[in-house]
Amino acid sequence: MIRVPEKKHTPLILSVDGVTKSFDGFRAINDLNFYLEEGELRTVIGPNGAGKSTFMDLITARTKPDAGRIVFHKDNGEDVDLTRVREHDVSQLGIGRKFQNPTVYRSHTVYDNLKLSLSGQRTLLSSLFYRESSEDREKIHDVLKTVRLSEFEACLAGSLSHGQKQWLEIGMLLAQDPKIMLVDEPAAGMSDEETERTGELLLSLEGKHSLIVIEHDMEFVRQIARRVTVLHQGHVLKEGGFSFVKNDPKVIEVYLGRQTRTH
Amino acid sequence: MGMSIFDSKREKAGFFIALVILVFFIPLLNAVGSEGSVFHVSAFQLSLWGKYITYAVLAMSLNLLWGYTGLLCLCQSLFFALGAYAFGMYLMLHVGVDSVYNTALPDFMDFQGYTELPFYWAPFESASFAALAVFLVPGFVAFVFGYLAFSSRIKGVYFSILTQALTYALMLLFFKNNLELFGRSFILFGGNNGLTDFKQIMGADVNAEATQRWLFIASSLLMLGVYLLIAWVITTKFGKVQQAIRDSENRVRFSGYSTTSYKMLIFVASAMIAGVAGALYVPQVGGINANEMTPAKSLDVVVWVALGGRGTKFGPILGAIVVSLIKSYTTRAYPDSWLIILGMIFIFVVLFMPNGLVGLPRQLKPWLNRLKSRRSKVVEASNPSVS
Repeated sequence: MIRVPEKKHTPLILSVDGVTKSFDGFRAINDLNFYLEEGELRTVIGPNGAGKSTFMDLITARTKPDAGRIVFHKDNGEDVDLTRVREHDVSQLGIGRKFQNPTVYRSHTVYDNLKLSLSGQRTLLSSLFYRESSEDREKIHDVLKTVRLSEFEACLAGSLSHGQKQWLEIGMLLAQDPKIMLVDEPAAGMSDEETERTGELLLSLEGKHSLIVIEHDMEFVRQIARRVTVLHQGHVLKEGGFSFVKNDPKVIEVYLGRQTRTH
Repeated sequence: MGMSIFDSKREKAGFFIALVILVFFIPLLNAVGSEGSVFHVSAFQLSLWGKYITYAVLAMSLNLLWGYTGLLCLCQSLFFALGAYAFGMYLMLHVGVDSVYNTALPDFMDFQGYTELPFYWAPFESASFAALAVFLVPGFVAFVFGYLAFSSRIKGVYFSILTQALTYALMLLFFKNNLELFGRSFILFGGNNGLTDFKQIMGADVNAEATQRWLFIASSLLMLGVYLLIAWVITTKFGKVQQAIRDSENRVRFSGYSTTSYKMLIFVASAMIAGVAGALYVPQVGGINANEMTPAKSLDVVVWVALGGRGTKFGPILGAIVVSLIKSYTTRAYPDSWLIILGMIFIFVVLFMPNGLVGLPRQLKPWLNRLKSRRSKVVEASNPSVS
């Protein structure tokens, strides 16, 4: 099982307590409580407008909550209030985010995309005088292998297929050595085969990183699901194993039912 | 991996050939040889090309922002003009004692009855102060403006519009003779006429051929130096971050880089480079006025970079010189149509030459190949007996 660092007072890595966020009177997030354990792979599902993207924006300090606390539990036992951290410092803490649309640096090679994402100094001077070390190179090659892009390292990222771009972006997160990875709809727009490979990739990261995966595609959720959180109107509707959640009448009503009807 | 700031041996050789030609041959051909000889470079040509070289540096400074970072700045000529004014003020204070008014003050101060220099003009008597102001003043303006714009996440077209408003506002200010503030009147920088009629630069006659020669050499060295600087920066991780900001700023920020500070440094550095170019422009052209701050001047620079090839090292230089040559021809031959021609060049480049002149050979290659293969097919078809 997952090893919790000794200094930590909790097996959790992230606690979201009673968070509320409104936009122009609309409550996107309403008294949300969410707890993520060290090394856990959590899938978050919910109908459109359930507040999934706002939830991610809150964790990455892109937006600040109106009420409530979002706490990141560091390995050394320290608790960091994420509502007081600047956006570009969030990744330094060890929280990486993959956007819904693949965002890679198209005019750089796959290798350079990963190089820019490696954890380390980010100041102006350090990047002017940065020299690539052999550890850096090794780390980049490890990540390339994990996301199965080794043969494309010299290609421009702009020339990759949609699925490869999604993997590259996951690789860019991995290069940062994140504690928590937020992955927004990784399978969107992928072929069945690519979707399956993405599922394998995410499952292989379980335990080494804590993951929150937001997803729409129920087939994909079935493949990767451990614990599933169902969001509805900015609130946690249900939480549990995939079949438990899937068979819950309330969940069927707000989400799954709606989806079977449209299909 | 042998890291070199040059991409190829050809580029390296070209750089050193340019260095020798610009810094030794052209000045030498100006110094020796008689008027009218084929090998003589006239004083007129020398300062004309000196001016083009300062334009090339201005274009390179915009390319650093627009080409490599994706920030379309529409006030690059403002920074150029600020550097030019800063150095022009120094030159203005070394025009000697006026025979009519018997003061060493610039004429426009005499006209208004000033008998001594205002406190904000006085330090510019010193050449070293002026030399610092040449890049610190544009740098400061860029710092303040950049801080406000970047920290409030103003991007894309909104950033461009704001920079245009900035140059327009300062142009209006520089066109004024006096600024009324707190019930007092402050004399500004020569109003409509700007600063002109310079006499001396560091003790030498500013219009002497030897002085102009040195100014040409200095401009060439500046251009080559800026070229090296940019060539180096784009090989570093800093340069890669810069281009990554152009591709996807959100991703860069989520990777933990403070994109605001990266953009700030690039913006300030680019303003400083433009300022130094402006300072070298002034003594070669013989004056500076607020016309150089009109938004149209900054748009010119955008056309130079677009035509030459943005995001390339050599493109801005080529674009600045080609457009300036076309301009100097058309303003003589068809004085009224220059702006129309400039507009047409821009539209043509945007529609048909996304990589500018520098990218043209590569763009035309498939087309030429097709043409060649079609021609050989036609030849084969017309002589079936040959095969």
